[in-house]
Amino acid sequence: MAVKVDDIAVPVPAEIAEEAPPSGTTLVLRKMWQLRLGVFGGLLVLMLVFAAVFAPYVATHDPFEQDILERLTPPVFLEGGSWEHWLGTDQLGRDVYSRVVYGTRVSLTIGICAVLVSAAIGCILGLLAGFFGGWIDGVVDFGVNAMLAFPFILLAMTLVIALGASAQNIVIALGLSNWPIFARVARIETRKLREQDFVVAVRAQGLSNARIIFKHILNNLAAAILVIATVEVARSIIRETFLSFLGLGVQPPTPSWGLMVSEGRAYILTVWWLSTIPGAAIFLSCLGINLVGDGLRDLMDPRLRKA
Amino acid sequence: MTTYITHKLLHAIGVCFVVSFISFFLLFYTGDPASMLLPENADDADIALFKEQYGLDRPLLVQYGDYMARVLLNGDFGVSWVAKVPAETLIGVALWPTLKLAIAAQIIATLLAIPLGIISAVKRYSLIDNATILIVLIFQAMPLFWLGIVLIVIFGVWLKWLPASGSESWKNLVLPAFTLASFILPLNMRLVRSGMLEVLSQDYIRTARAKGVEERVVLMRHALRNAMIPLVTVTGIQFGALLGGAVVTETVFSWPGLGRLAVDSIRFGDFPVVQAVVIIFAGFTIVANLAADVAAAWIDPRIRFD
Repeated sequence: MAVKVDDIAVPVPAEIAEEAPPSGTTLVLRKMWQLRLGVFGGLLVLMLVFAAVFAPYVATHDPFEQDILERLTPPVFLEGGSWEHWLGTDQLGRDVYSRVVYGTRVSLTIGICAVLVSAAIGCILGLLAGFFGGWIDGVVDFGVNAMLAFPFILLAMTLVIALGASAQNIVIALGLSNWPIFARVARIETRKLREQDFVVAVRAQGLSNARIIFKHILNNLAAAILVIATVEVARSIIRETFLSFLGLGVQPPTPSWGLMVSEGRAYILTVWWLSTIPGAAIFLSCLGINLVGDGLRDLMDPRLRKA
Repeated sequence: MTTYITHKLLHAIGVCFVVSFISFFLLFYTGDPASMLLPENADDADIALFKEQYGLDRPLLVQYGDYMARVLLNGDFGVSWVAKVPAETLIGVALWPTLKLAIAAQIIATLLAIPLGIISAVKRYSLIDNATILIVLIFQAMPLFWLGIVLIVIFGVWLKWLPASGSESWKNLVLPAFTLASFILPLNMRLVRSGMLEVLSQDYIRTARAKGVEERVVLMRHALRNAMIPLVTVTGIQFGALLGGAVVTETVFSWPGLGRLAVDSIRFGDFPVVQAVVIIFAGFTIVANLAADVAAAWIDPRIRFD
């Protein structure tokens, strides 16, 4: 049987031929779908920031108001719970939901400030070490190694004990213990950048070292540092809550998630949700922040996707 | 190779001294032992006498040198201010439980990370791959102390399968070990997965497949061996973090190890014991880092010439 040329179906790339170039909105939507986990994380973070900034409006009760008659009422999804205190009340009859909302302020502020401190120290040291090399590089490298050998949590605890337990001192303790990761990345990246043509070019133009470092090299470092900083905010929040859990953090009656988990632990056998709810708040915030960090990394360096 | 190891070793010894000095400075110089140990009504003369007796009136560097000499020559870490026994005795009792916990966690994490990482890389974008990524995301965001409490509630209080605290039998080890394992699991899984993905796309794997080598052999012998290198290095490097995680885990489960000893000692201001734990932890971390460096250089000769 002979085959006629007409019988052979020629695949017409119809969708290619007919599709109009995607509009700006389509492109944005497509990108958002690609980064859907990051977008989800971004929404979580937005909620977090909103709760922190507008805490008095988001909360339903005064976080310090005690009502001993209403103590340890279960959340609304359990028997005996009511919408009056929809996440229940703690051992002093304070509204758990409102305390979680106000706790956002403590955790976010401490987390972000601690990362700012460590990023500043780490970036300056890393830039100097990577750019100048020589003995500066040796000293910074040695310092990074020494810090990494120091059990982080013990260092932070020791610093808090030495300085006294307060929100400000936790920021200092976490900031001072966590700079090596920034220093290491800044140092390696600066070393690579230093050899690149554009740096050689601006140097040939006679720019001062300070200007090259803080304008040209720092600009190119910013993306990598931002990604690490995002993830480190989540880790700092976890560390802050652990210090508070041990009683070395912000002091009662300030609503802090770690403190709430710790206080609820005494009642763990009977009212399991008292520790679990603030813990879930820590978990969701860190999940959101980590997802944003992953999304940022994908956006800035697609090669690293899901690696 | 010998010069490489010698160089690393000297570096490690230097790091050990710096760490011990910083902690010594923080603990003994900023904290005031006199106010910790003397009764509240002690007057200035008492405090001065006390400081003279314990050599606390001498310059910081002299005190530190004296302390390190005793540690290095006699293994004498000083006497606990609270328990009134030598700090090294307390350390000796708490060392094994911590090592047991750390080793169990490391084994659990490795046994889970390797198969999950391989499957996830081989069946990319499959259900298992997505599940693996989900596990990574969840455990990364989960505070250890909270996970410990949740596990206690579920398996200790509700199901009553496992004891919630204590350290009498192997059953007591299960929950703390899983909690601590969850701390290093995400990174290990990511490493195995990305390592396998990278290796599998290389020419020699295609050659092996083209030769007709069985897929199982390709994966296990050709791919996994090379994909394991970053895992080996990171296992050494993250040992310090593992000990840090042990501090958290031991506190939640009342596990009688070094971490809980350190936390209790910090709370009571028992500085000789804290100082001893810090030095022991730093020592372990440095040895683990060194071992990882040497292992990496041994597996991959290119590293030595960097």
